[in-house]
Amino acid sequence: MSEKKNWPLWEIFIRSKNGLNHKHVGSLHAADAKMAIENARDVYTRRMEGVSIWVVESEHITASSPNQSESLFDPANDKVYRHPTFYNLPDEVKHM
Amino acid sequence: MTAPTDYAHLEDQFQARIDAEEKIEPKDWMPDKYRKTLIRQISQHAHSEIVGMLPEGNWVTRAPSLRRKVALLAKVQDEAGHGLYLYGAAETLGAERDDLLDELHSGNAKYSSIFNYPTLSWADIGAIGWLVDGAAIMNQVPLCRCSYGPYARAMVRVCKEESFHQRQGYEIMLTLARGTEAQKKMAQDALNRWWWPSLMMFGPNDAESKHTAQSMAWKIKRFTNDELRQRFVDITAPQAEFLGLTIPDEHLKYNEETGHYDFGPINWDEFWQVVSGEGPCNRQRLKARRRAHEEGQWVRDAALAHAEKRRQRQAAKNNQKVA
Amino acid sequence: MTLADAKYQYLLRMGDNALILGHRLSEWCGHGPILEQDIAMTNIALDQVGQARSLLQYAAQLEGKGRTEDDLAYKRDVMEYRNVLLVEQPNEDFAYTIVRQFLFDAFNFLLHKSLVNSNDEHLKAIAEKSLKEITYHLRYSSEWVIRLGDGTAESHQKIQTALDALFIYTGELLTPDAVDQTIFEAGIGPDLTALQAAYQGKIDEILQQATLQKPEVKYMQSGGKDGRMHTEYLGYILAELQFVQRAYPNMEW
Repeated sequence: MSEKKNWPLWEIFIRSKNGLNHKHVGSLHAADAKMAIENARDVYTRRMEGVSIWVVESEHITASSPNQSESLFDPANDKVYRHPTFYNLPDEVKHM
Repeated sequence: MTAPTDYAHLEDQFQARIDAEEKIEPKDWMPDKYRKTLIRQISQHAHSEIVGMLPEGNWVTRAPSLRRKVALLAKVQDEAGHGLYLYGAAETLGAERDDLLDELHSGNAKYSSIFNYPTLSWADIGAIGWLVDGAAIMNQVPLCRCSYGPYARAMVRVCKEESFHQRQGYEIMLTLARGTEAQKKMAQDALNRWWWPSLMMFGPNDAESKHTAQSMAWKIKRFTNDELRQRFVDITAPQAEFLGLTIPDEHLKYNEETGHYDFGPINWDEFWQVVSGEGPCNRQRLKARRRAHEEGQWVRDAALAHAEKRRQRQAAKNNQKVA
Repeated sequence: MTLADAKYQYLLRMGDNALILGHRLSEWCGHGPILEQDIAMTNIALDQVGQARSLLQYAAQLEGKGRTEDDLAYKRDVMEYRNVLLVEQPNEDFAYTIVRQFLFDAFNFLLHKSLVNSNDEHLKAIAEKSLKEITYHLRYSSEWVIRLGDGTAESHQKIQTALDALFIYTGELLTPDAVDQTIFEAGIGPDLTALQAAYQGKIDEILQQATLQKPEVKYMQSGGKDGRMHTEYLGYILAELQFVQRAYPNMEW
């Protein structure tokens, strides 16, 4: 082999049961998407951890930069009106 | 354009985050040495898992009952899985698994020296599960709280899966210890051979351990080698007694004053000999790993070539549709 | 041949196939071409040894002599084993391993698809559980046959070589003998001749995608399942498999 070629890295997301979101569980190497799904099944669901698998080639994930985390996430800090406890209702009002 | 003063400032901030028990994530700023230390430790850990498959894998084809066979096979497979999770954690730091494997194959990377001892009888499988996995758990549980997020998460998964490993080993020992004379002898012999190497698994004494202080400050490590070793002896000595087996250490004795077991001196010459590549099985272990990797090259190449062909065919098909 | 005899033999055949192939696959554990595949192959080995346990337990029960799954696995010699010759063939390399798996999975899948309709409730239950596993095995081995066949020149040549070497062991899979016939007539298992076309169809389909040539075979090797013959490899498998039980007889492990 003149140049080294390796199986690309994939990020694996698993839905542990219906009704829940897919959750990132880790990564693995595979030659293509189909193999990535199968490898994920063999690696990450050996103990019945999942009912559905997503795979994404790692290089296709765009991540926010931690340097911008203040501008991205801190503004949500004072948006208390997005949370139900911001609103005062009398105790007699039920089911809200 | 980072001036030296800014760098020092960043390091202070970083340490402050660690001190506040914040987790560090892959894209966060981190000192170069923190990154390097982690890559070294995580990859050594990963190497230990996959080299560790070999001594036990030895007995998969010879396990004495079908129940034992599936349990052992599942355990060795878990080790492959753990190696994979750990290489994955190292890859979040910018390392490539293949480069890490090259380091292993060239003999430059270290792995746990315990796996350079041979498995000579079925009882060795029991002793490894009981002692080696027991020691490993002792080391690994604190790593679930390690400051680096991906490593900590990988370790949570590892520890959850490892819980059956030690029980599997102890059950084998228990069966042998309650068996015939020949089986008891087999069990005692295994304990004799695996006891001291297991104690060495915790690494050199704290005074000799060059990485401990910094790793503790960075919360990569939570307890010192000697603390963990002592805890292991304290837990394991009564378990040996329950089996009716004798730990091969004439100095081993419960100390009422300290509430701990005292134990005899470890043969560090042997430890360093094995670490330096001169243990009973170092050569065989590396040879087996190298061989698997080299003989797997054409398989990996074929899968890539096929994936590429499929991509091209698909692209050609799509172009036709457009045209 | 009584039906009871035939049933016992039938269960031994299935159990031994699963055990010996699982054993062969487990030899890869720790030596696979890449970590992900090491884990995948071990999963299949685990499925197969698990199936072997259910099948041999049932066989021992049918035999009614108080033997256990382990007695059957660990205390029979070569000529008492009833696995087909294909599954005892050595791993050689990844191509041989994949071809052996594929040729067996394609048969095993069809067999189990029929057995889920067995009028033997116990066997039917085992088959239902196993069929899910075998469906995955067949997909796994088929995909690898295609990848290696339609991969690089080197992989193509290696897997064609393996196919040429192993195809002679496919004959006995679907050639019925007295045991198969009795089982079929009793409504327990399928008419093997009726599965032949589907088997060849599956082989052709995958080989075509893999750009591989189906070997021309003059004579098929047989004898494993009816106990007339084994290859020399089986003796070495048993020497390893049974070592502890033979060296330390009559003990609990």
